[in-house]
Amino acid sequence: MKPVVQLLNQTAISRILSEALQLLQIHGVKVRAPEVIEVLQSVGVQTTDGVARIPEHVVEKALESVPAQFRLFDRAGNPAVQYGGDEVHFDPGSSCLNILDADAEEPRLAQANDLVRLVQLTETLPQFAAQSTALTCDDAPKEIGDIYRLLLVLWYSQKPVVTGAFSAETLRVMLDLLRAESGGQEALRRHPRAVFDVCPSPPLNWGEFGAVNLVDLARAWVPAELISMPLAGAAAPVTLAGSVVQHAAESLSGIVIHQAAQPGAPIVWGGAPAIFDMRTGTTPMGAIETAMLNAACAEVGKSLGLPTHGYLIGSDSKALDAQAGMESGMAAVVGALSGINMISGAGMLETLACHSLEKLVLDAESIDSAQRLARGVNAKAPSLAVEMFAESFAKGGFLKLESTRQLFQSEQHLPSTVIDREPLRVPGETFVSRAHARVEELLASYERPPLDRVAEDRMLVVVEKHARAAGLEGWPGIKKSGVLR
Amino acid sequence: MSSETFTAMRQSIVDGASSISAELARQSIALGIDPIQAIEQGYVPGVNHVGEQFAQRKMFFPDLVMAGEAMKAALNVLEPELERRGETRQMLGTVVIGTVKGDIHEIGKSLVAIMLTAAGFKVYDLGVDVPYDKFAARAKEVSADIVGMSALLTTTMQGQRKVIESLDRAGLRPQVKVLVGGAPVTRQWAQQIGADGYGANAVEAVAVAKSLMEHRAAADAGAPS
Repeated sequence: MKPVVQLLNQTAISRILSEALQLLQIHGVKVRAPEVIEVLQSVGVQTTDGVARIPEHVVEKALESVPAQFRLFDRAGNPAVQYGGDEVHFDPGSSCLNILDADAEEPRLAQANDLVRLVQLTETLPQFAAQSTALTCDDAPKEIGDIYRLLLVLWYSQKPVVTGAFSAETLRVMLDLLRAESGGQEALRRHPRAVFDVCPSPPLNWGEFGAVNLVDLARAWVPAELISMPLAGAAAPVTLAGSVVQHAAESLSGIVIHQAAQPGAPIVWGGAPAIFDMRTGTTPMGAIETAMLNAACAEVGKSLGLPTHGYLIGSDSKALDAQAGMESGMAAVVGALSGINMISGAGMLETLACHSLEKLVLDAESIDSAQRLARGVNAKAPSLAVEMFAESFAKGGFLKLESTRQLFQSEQHLPSTVIDREPLRVPGETFVSRAHARVEELLASYERPPLDRVAEDRMLVVVEKHARAAGLEGWPGIKKSGVLR
Repeated sequence: MSSETFTAMRQSIVDGASSISAELARQSIALGIDPIQAIEQGYVPGVNHVGEQFAQRKMFFPDLVMAGEAMKAALNVLEPELERRGETRQMLGTVVIGTVKGDIHEIGKSLVAIMLTAAGFKVYDLGVDVPYDKFAARAKEVSADIVGMSALLTTTMQGQRKVIESLDRAGLRPQVKVLVGGAPVTRQWAQQIGADGYGANAVEAVAVAKSLMEHRAAADAGAPS
């Protein structure tokens, strides 16, 4: 028996979907992109003043064509992430502006080299099946911020990537970059390396570039990941159930746009729902209700047979402290037991405003523990204890049994040195010092995965024109030896 | 031939394979291999390897215990052969070990006993719930170099002090060194009760025991310690 977190029964899910459909028909969604309005009209959606009221049969037709599952591949073409079903994967949080150094009290603006280190660290941590474009680099021009961070991730990693574009124009360049790395459009379609987060604006609103990106991604057959972000009480109904309804309505509208553009293209029922703190006006990502919202939204997506995503494990704490551990650990458990296919957010502090490499290695431990819990208790052996007792009495203890030696590592997760289980206190040692030592140890073990020099050249060619136009000099984060010009 | 046999012996310890280590011991006797050579060049390197791997967290308690069992199985075959040949294996020292009165925890103490044996000490394991005076009596009887005591409870660790007092009364101190360990036991506690050494785990206990023997040898030779 596998333990699960289940917050909604079938009746609740039916009511949520019923009300979501009502919202789409009664209030509709505002779509601020004329070309996307045309796409919607082509499948029978009526629009008035940019508001698309989507009837149930159109939603049903879109849901019929959505793939129930798809895979992301690593650079070598091996399947590395399974979207769909109950597979659970994790990737670091994304699009962060700041980084907190281990010995610093205040975060600082992230640079390209920080993203390189974060990517290298993620590459060494098996807990993360995918990379993310985790940092927006201050030393790369804002006009190409999304392009440049994807270049760095592809340069230093062979894992799949969870990413996103900041505009419709840059999405096209990013797709070209992926094609350059993969070896062309057909290779990219056959072995998609990246999934793109696309965000509606709550409540019930599709901004221009978000809507256009959905269409462009569908037509490129590159997976899209819907990131609906209801903020319970501020930009969504205050009740958790009400926010889940809004999430469903926004996600269904995204699926309709996407499938109207290209039926059968892969898309993920994802999101970053959160509550709104009525005292501070913040959106606490470490709140248990935020975790509950993610779990409940994923349950609705699963009921429709869709691949799922959630945004968890980020903390609201400003430091690597007990609060950060508590919030992230609890969220990892909720996420893993909810069977969410991709859980983003690891490594993040300060309500997603700050990344930390040391937090990333801590979160890797939370993920391991949560995954262990998700495997449950194995009670399938022909004898659970009687045989071991007999053998133990014969040999003089359980530690002398071959079965103990064979099974303990599958029964018990052995954490890394980040987690203190030593019998004695080590003077001067703290969690931060252990985590920092682990970060440096892992970074020292990193080796850049081989990348074909022709592919490197193609990638730089794609980025170069935009980089020079934006005023970028040199290639921050990329070693000179790797630069071809 | 010997080299291959020694390699196999080492591997049998690393694998914790008692039946194989014993069988190899029997084969080595049949082949006329010197039992002391078999122990020192065959089995001990295996034990050392497991100890090093354990210290680096690359091997674990079951590996350690099973390696000790495999060593014991080999010694059970080789020691009678040594006796038959009238040879004596040079031991690092003699240790009397046990868990103090009121405490029935065995695992830690047994691990230390296994590792000390494997490392080349002659070990007399008194078991658990051992009366205080029994340590001194047995130490006197076997001319022990070291008395090792384990306690897993804060209540029973007080017994370690009583054993040291008993050794004092028997006139065995300071010749007989005292080594303490156990979950609540610390280096500070060891100093407080006048013990000579403290081991946080089995591997450290062996290192401390070796060090105590070296210090004693140096002192016996009149060298400054």
